Amino acid sequence: MVSRSFERILWPALTAVLALVVWHFAVRWTKTSVFPPPLAVAAGFAELARRGVLFRYAADSLFRVVSGYGLALALGIPTGLLLGWSPTGARAANPVIQLLRPISPLAWIPVSIVLFGISNFATIFLIFLASFFPIVVATMNGVRAIPVMYLLAGQNFDLSPAERLWRVMLPAALPQVLTGLRIALGIAWLVVVAAEMIAVDSGLGYLVIDSRNAGKRYDLVVAAMILIGVIGVGLNVLMRRVERLRSVRWGFRAA
Amino acid sequence: MKPAAELVPDRAKLSIRGLEMTFRAEGKETRVLHDIDLDVREGELVCILGPSGCGKSTLLNIVGGFLTPTAGSVTIDGEPVSGPDPRRIFVFQERGVFPWLTVEGNIGFGLGRLPEAERAKRIAHYVGLVGLTGFEKAYPQELSGGMKQRVEVARALAVNPDMLYLDEPFGALDSITRLVMRSELLRIWGAERKTILFVTHDIDESVQLADRVIVMSARPATIRRVVTIDLPHPRDLSSRRYLELRDGIFEEIGLAHRI
Repeated sequence: MVSRSFERILWPALTAVLALVVWHFAVRWTKTSVFPPPLAVAAGFAELARRGVLFRYAADSLFRVVSGYGLALALGIPTGLLLGWSPTGARAANPVIQLLRPISPLAWIPVSIVLFGISNFATIFLIFLASFFPIVVATMNGVRAIPVMYLLAGQNFDLSPAERLWRVMLPAALPQVLTGLRIALGIAWLVVVAAEMIAVDSGLGYLVIDSRNAGKRYDLVVAAMILIGVIGVGLNVLMRRVERLRSVRWGFRAA
Repeated sequence: MKPAAELVPDRAKLSIRGLEMTFRAEGKETRVLHDIDLDVREGELVCILGPSGCGKSTLLNIVGGFLTPTAGSVTIDGEPVSGPDPRRIFVFQERGVFPWLTVEGNIGFGLGRLPEAERAKRIAHYVGLVGLTGFEKAYPQELSGGMKQRVEVARALAVNPDMLYLDEPFGALDSITRLVMRSELLRIWGAERKTILFVTHDIDESVQLADRVIVMSARPATIRRVVTIDLPHPRDLSSRRYLELRDGIFEEIGLAHRI
């Protein structure tokens, strides 16, 4: 019998190999001269690494995400807690939030360039916008869904309003907040790539668009795309790890 | 005539007078409690017994300070109740345990103002008292329903309140665990004499536990009868007096004692 852990690696690995094979022969048989085969992309990776832009651009993109996302987290969680706590505040803010939320962060690109020029700040601002609303809404809903017993118990044990917020409401809402944080980070990573194509001249998004514009280097375009995917997976895994901490695991269905 | 639930005033820990509660929702008025008078002595275990939905939990929530009555007064030690108070802890069904804290964290929840050493000592004492030694670092989701209920009782006792309000605390447990928890509650009550108000819809439970059983009517709830359970603990559940008291309450509520 094949062990379970072996099978868990076997099938995904086979799928990946199959995808590479299909890709390789699709390029060969269609005789396309534009789209590169896997081996050319691998060579592209090596070239980018040699030029030293691979890690620098990845670091640039990550820096922007961490800054914008960190800012959204620092402002979004308190805002969400407040709106979840105060029905009046929620009623007042809700129309504005609901109106701004469906606007793609990319629609803000012209605004952010007017405000910040072609700079890091422009992309950080876009990432902030992209992650702020999901975080606020998830936190607000998380607070609203807290079982009333927890809140009553908090009152009964003579906690100050600040303590109730910190020791009851935040931990009780945390599983939902974390789900919001994970979704927001995914969006932030999508947005940074798009923002970098327009608003700055470094980063993985810039690498994609620059490789295309400067000599139609599709081997480099695809290499950058793959790197974007890999880092995105990494960020998601990181957030899933956080969700498995013992003090929040109660809020998630056994996965 | 109204059943006499009043005591000589100076001996009462808790005094309820002329309590009325009417809820208003969507223009409709629902009268839940009517003309409740009740006194509870220091150290007494009183069960409030009534059918589901009769308003007994509302009564407990008013006494606990979570609800304001439409009319009437609730005083404890001569002071009117104006809100929740750490001297009187409300115990919900086990759902009130905080799932983000360990057993230790839950039991120490109300002890934030104590120095660390004193806090640890109290936690250890109450972990032992409710029989959870070895589970200090466990999270509630790893515990059974009965163990969670123990955690909640310990969390309440740890702040050294003088009253405990228990709202159908064993209602969600299976019948065997429920029996065990009743004798555990009596053991703990023997060790730390608190005044206990215990809301239940289980006749047997009330006769097994209480010094006095307050039998409530259906909504709007009034006090139908007050039954003094003059049996020492531990109670023999097949003794004639026990069965007599129990059957008396069955009849009072109008239930045939046969299936």
